[in-house]
Amino acid sequence: MYRNSRIRSRRVAALAGTLLVGGGLLAACSSPSHPAAASNTGISPGAGQSLAGTPGATGTGAATPGASAIPSMTMSMNAPTGGTTAAPVAGNAVTIKNFAFAPAAITVKAGTTVTWTNQDTDAHTVTSRQGSGGPLASAALGTGQSYTYTFTKPGTYAYLCTIHPYMTATVTVTP
Amino acid sequence: MTENHEPAMTRRQLARHAGWFGSAVVLTVTGGEVISHVIHNHDSALASAAAAATSSAELRFVQVSDSHIGFQGPANTDVTGSFNQAIEQINSLGYRPHFIMHTGDLTHLSTPAQFDQVRQMLTGLRTDRVFTVPGEHDSVGDAGRGYRAAFAADTVGEGWYSFDTHGVHFIALVNTLSLEKLGHLGADQIDFVRRDVAGLSSDTPVVVFSHIPLFAMYPQWGWGTDDALQVLGLLKRFASVTALNGHVHQLFTRVEGNVTFHSATTTAYPLPAPGHGPAPTPQVLPAGRLKTALGIRTVNYRQGAAALAVTDQRLA
Repeated sequence: MYRNSRIRSRRVAALAGTLLVGGGLLAACSSPSHPAAASNTGISPGAGQSLAGTPGATGTGAATPGASAIPSMTMSMNAPTGGTTAAPVAGNAVTIKNFAFAPAAITVKAGTTVTWTNQDTDAHTVTSRQGSGGPLASAALGTGQSYTYTFTKPGTYAYLCTIHPYMTATVTVTP
Repeated sequence: MTENHEPAMTRRQLARHAGWFGSAVVLTVTGGEVISHVIHNHDSALASAAAAATSSAELRFVQVSDSHIGFQGPANTDVTGSFNQAIEQINSLGYRPHFIMHTGDLTHLSTPAQFDQVRQMLTGLRTDRVFTVPGEHDSVGDAGRGYRAAFAADTVGEGWYSFDTHGVHFIALVNTLSLEKLGHLGADQIDFVRRDVAGLSSDTPVVVFSHIPLFAMYPQWGWGTDDALQVLGLLKRFASVTALNGHVHQLFTRVEGNVTFHSATTTAYPLPAPGHGPAPTPQVLPAGRLKTALGIRTVNYRQGAAALAVTDQRLA
């Protein structure tokens, strides 16, 4: 559906461009090199693109390429909930406080369940570093919320908070 | 395929027509000086003067950033109210901006309700076009899928795009996915920029939008983009490049070579100055002081006068 919308909007864009070239010739500027505006405000998309963005309150969608492709706002994303539990007490705990993981490096034996608890007023995540193939993928943890993961395979697991990616830490799992 | 060639030709024609020639294009932003100037609704003389100054040759747009809809904390207990106030201030400028760019962190936690709310709020902006780039708060837990569903129709790759108006080329970049401490653009996006600017004359003024700064403002807190130099290298041949970002919740300007970087403030809550404190945590200001840290930014570009002016206004 999304793909179809894009194709349709490109056709509209091409049409609008053609129409407005004519309009430009009739305008006060008589130079034939006056730009072909692809929208009513003279904003045209980059080469090979449709116009991004959305119409503002005074925008007229009909004359604006891309407007027809804007979906009528049906969100398909569900609120992330998996992995979030009430704060348990755990032997292997990492506290998230003052925008840092503490301790920033822990070592546990395989089979250990590690619990992260957010004590900040702002939300954080516990997320394996991109490309590491790691298993950690918490939802956004609000104040007092926790995330747990049981490590079964030995190795070093680097993770971060995706909201504040300068917050980094590791879990080392031994056999 | 023909539309692939049309915009490039258009830009050349426009450059010729408007007279953007070599040294005539001088960026005259006054060394990061921040001009605070507020136009009130009742100040009709000022408003009409401003409106009169707007001609078809002058580009006026607004940058707003970091609304963090959904944030709850003592640093700002009503981010919706502050963002509404920013919208009202934009709608009371005395002229209608050609477009408005929100440079990310529209939401605080990327929930469907937050995206829906901010999207509806943005439709109240009196302008013809609203553009956005995502912040890392807009891609929490879903690699930006929710953001793209709400805002990224007709964008390329994972949400980047470009457009042209008034002889200026605008590039909107996404540097909040695949984060590893710093912002990151990625090879696909860098290739996009390479192709995107290939047909541009070097005297075309270029404006680049991103959420995270493209310069190393304070890498210890992630305030930089690890592969930004590759994009800036592609823009080296242009006489005038202006990079506008959000993320840091405070005004900051730096000039490096042909690029002038301007970090915008927020409409939500302040963050500490670089290195002031252990972490960039939301700052609680004394009662009544919050609005002095929040604001909007207007940018004017007059063709012929060849000047780009960045003006930051506090929330009134």
